[in-house]
Amino acid sequence: MLARYALRFGVLGYLAFLLLVPVGMIFYRTFEHGFWPAWHAVTTPAARHALWLTILIAAITVACNTVFGVALAHWLVRGRSRGRGLVNAIIDLPLALSPVVVGLSLVFLYGTGGWFGGLADHGIKILFALPAMVLATIFVTIPFVVREVVPVLREIGTEQEQAAETLGASGFQVFRRVTLPAIRWGVAYGVVLTLARAIGEFGAVSVVSGRIEGQTQTMTLFVSAQYENFDYVGAYAAAVVLALIAFAAVVVMKVFRPKEGAGY
Amino acid sequence: MASNAAAAPAPVGRAAPLAGRALGRGLVAGYLTLIVLIPLAALTWRSLEHGKGSFWDAVSQPEAVAALKLTVVASLVVAAINAVVGTAIAWVLVRDSFVGKGVVNSVIDLPFALPTIVAGLVLLTLYGPDSPLGINIAFTRTAIVFALLFVTLPFVVRAVQPVLLELDREMEEAAESLGARPLAVFRRIVFPNLLPAILSGVALAFARAIGEFGSLVLISGNLPYKTEVSSVYIFGRIQSQDPGAAAAMSVVLLLISLAILLLIGAFRHWRVKHAR
Repeated sequence: MLARYALRFGVLGYLAFLLLVPVGMIFYRTFEHGFWPAWHAVTTPAARHALWLTILIAAITVACNTVFGVALAHWLVRGRSRGRGLVNAIIDLPLALSPVVVGLSLVFLYGTGGWFGGLADHGIKILFALPAMVLATIFVTIPFVVREVVPVLREIGTEQEQAAETLGASGFQVFRRVTLPAIRWGVAYGVVLTLARAIGEFGAVSVVSGRIEGQTQTMTLFVSAQYENFDYVGAYAAAVVLALIAFAAVVVMKVFRPKEGAGY
Repeated sequence: MASNAAAAPAPVGRAAPLAGRALGRGLVAGYLTLIVLIPLAALTWRSLEHGKGSFWDAVSQPEAVAALKLTVVASLVVAAINAVVGTAIAWVLVRDSFVGKGVVNSVIDLPFALPTIVAGLVLLTLYGPDSPLGINIAFTRTAIVFALLFVTLPFVVRAVQPVLLELDREMEEAAESLGARPLAVFRRIVFPNLLPAILSGVALAFARAIGEFGSLVLISGNLPYKTEVSSVYIFGRIQSQDPGAAAAMSVVLLLISLAILLLIGAFRHWRVKHAR
């Protein structure tokens, strides 16, 4: 009995001092001098632009990775062609790779002298602009929808899909009316993970964006820029905005969580 | 038998879906190639542009070696702590019951959802120069371990939790009725069953720690030879217009990531075999 209490309080103490007290502390620091200084710090034109840019990038990323994530999962589970092991490994890579490396790869590819560097000469600006920031964010969030949909697809089997096909449904009809309704919760959970990760992306975007205030500065870049410029109220207030988004994500994750594991 | 039938779908003998499938396959392969493979190929190509010699020169610069060593050692420490604490947290969340357990369970996901730069800032407010506790670990190696523990918290917990939930209590009860002490029951019955899950969680945490950047930039101070980790070193090289050194170190990190993924694949295989 004693051992049980010791373990419980040890674990709760660890979580408190690693997570809860520090996160609580940032709320305290933000509103130390009242609500309005913090409010004004996150409603400056630069901050509002950063928030808008973050939302835009996250929206494009979620759209791309949901469509292709479901397609990839479908192919991994239902497909019979070779190379699925390799594809599996590629999908997991962003989980293990440093975001700075992801950013640098894009710089080498789309920068001057890169294989696709010529695009800039034709007026297609990718690096230090929105396209590269989106590409970087898509890269780091590729695994989430796939990883959530694969086990669900495996579990539902193919019997209903085959029944629909026998009854004359086309491939797309089968997918839309049979497969999609069955996997929707898995997709939803994957979307939440993708969204949270896309909003919080820092390292890769930091390398490819050029970090120009009011132009290529996302919310996370805004936090670090304000901190480095000694505008602590601005940094803390923007961090609180991001933390509130994270809390919301955690609550939604709890609702959509599949029975087994977290999946990330 | 039933699972065998489900695993091998009957071929569909119509032309239209087949063409659609080929198109879908091409699109999916193209997407992965464009987003992931071509950029990584460009990186590798750049690192070897001036030959293997200059690659080795870049990797074996003292500052690069020091950064890599620090990264690996800190990640190993963090992985080891996570193995113990992560398993303990999962145990408490599954086997213990107390008021507010559901909230604690949700809180585990917070480091995943919280942007890494915010994680670094948050730790800095409590353990930095203005610490209300009077503990200032900013710009030390301890701070690096703290930040890494923060961002890697969920991995072992979420790997172990489902396995522990499904574990059959009968074996433990049998051992207890035969007079085994709680610690012996854990060591000889629970632990062997959890080991594959612990290892794959630890490997993921290690991989994450090796590449971590956002939570470290503010709190580590980035002092060369002292608190500069590999990803921050790469970032510094990019800033100071030294793409060769940045590319070489990036390829080293890429290789480490690939190696860890292979290892995780092996653990997963083991777990599936174990489950049978």
